[in-house]
Amino acid sequence: MLDIKKEVNGSEATFALEGRLDTITSPDFENELKGVIDGLTSITMDLAKLEYISSAGLRVLLGAQKVMNKQGSMKLINVNDTIMEIFEVTGFADILTIG
Amino acid sequence: MDTDNRSNNGSELSIEATLENIEQVTEFVNSELEKIDCSMKAQMQIDIAIDELFSNIARYAYNPETGPATVRVEVEDDPQAVVITFIDHGIPYDPLAKEDPDISLGAEDRPIGGLGIFMVKQTMDSVTYEYKNGQNILHIKKTV
Repeated sequence: MLDIKKEVNGSEATFALEGRLDTITSPDFENELKGVIDGLTSITMDLAKLEYISSAGLRVLLGAQKVMNKQGSMKLINVNDTIMEIFEVTGFADILTIG
Repeated sequence: MDTDNRSNNGSELSIEATLENIEQVTEFVNSELEKIDCSMKAQMQIDIAIDELFSNIARYAYNPETGPATVRVEVEDDPQAVVITFIDHGIPYDPLAKEDPDISLGAEDRPIGGLGIFMVKQTMDSVTYEYKNGQNILHIKKTV
């Protein structure tokens, strides 16, 4: 299960994810993103309560990162050790902004 | 594969290979992991492996139809390890034959195919595949 808390203020958006970003839940998150990403200059993703991420979730993050590279910036905050290790073994630590 | 120190009390779940059933497979495996002293981290990595491998079976093994899959969990001792076997009798497919993705590329050039099995290979101690008696048989082993 994945709980997505979305907050949009003008051209800035924050998504707080709780649960699992996997094969089943990633399409929901992708749709949430698609619905608001046009015109955004800043996206913050709060992963404090994200339990795990599979390759389906990585795809969504990569897609969002590519869009934001063109129109602004995206950063991930509160990345826990489990998630960080996944970013590291997949090389995603190098293409995502983690702060 | 080394079977000498395999205990005989493995558990098995046979289930229709659909994306919706990933959750049930995960719950089945987790309930087996709870019987042993498995770290949260190892459990998470195993859960991710299930997501990657079972979703592959659901999407491709019987495409465009669906079919059955069997998931077996066995525990080895000394060192304690979990062996999970995924069996389907769909189209022969060796996920290990795929070349690893180049993870040094930037966001724009980053290939997205093959990432799932790559993650599994990175986080499990071993991943082995065989095609036998018309079945795809994939074993993953994780020391816990």
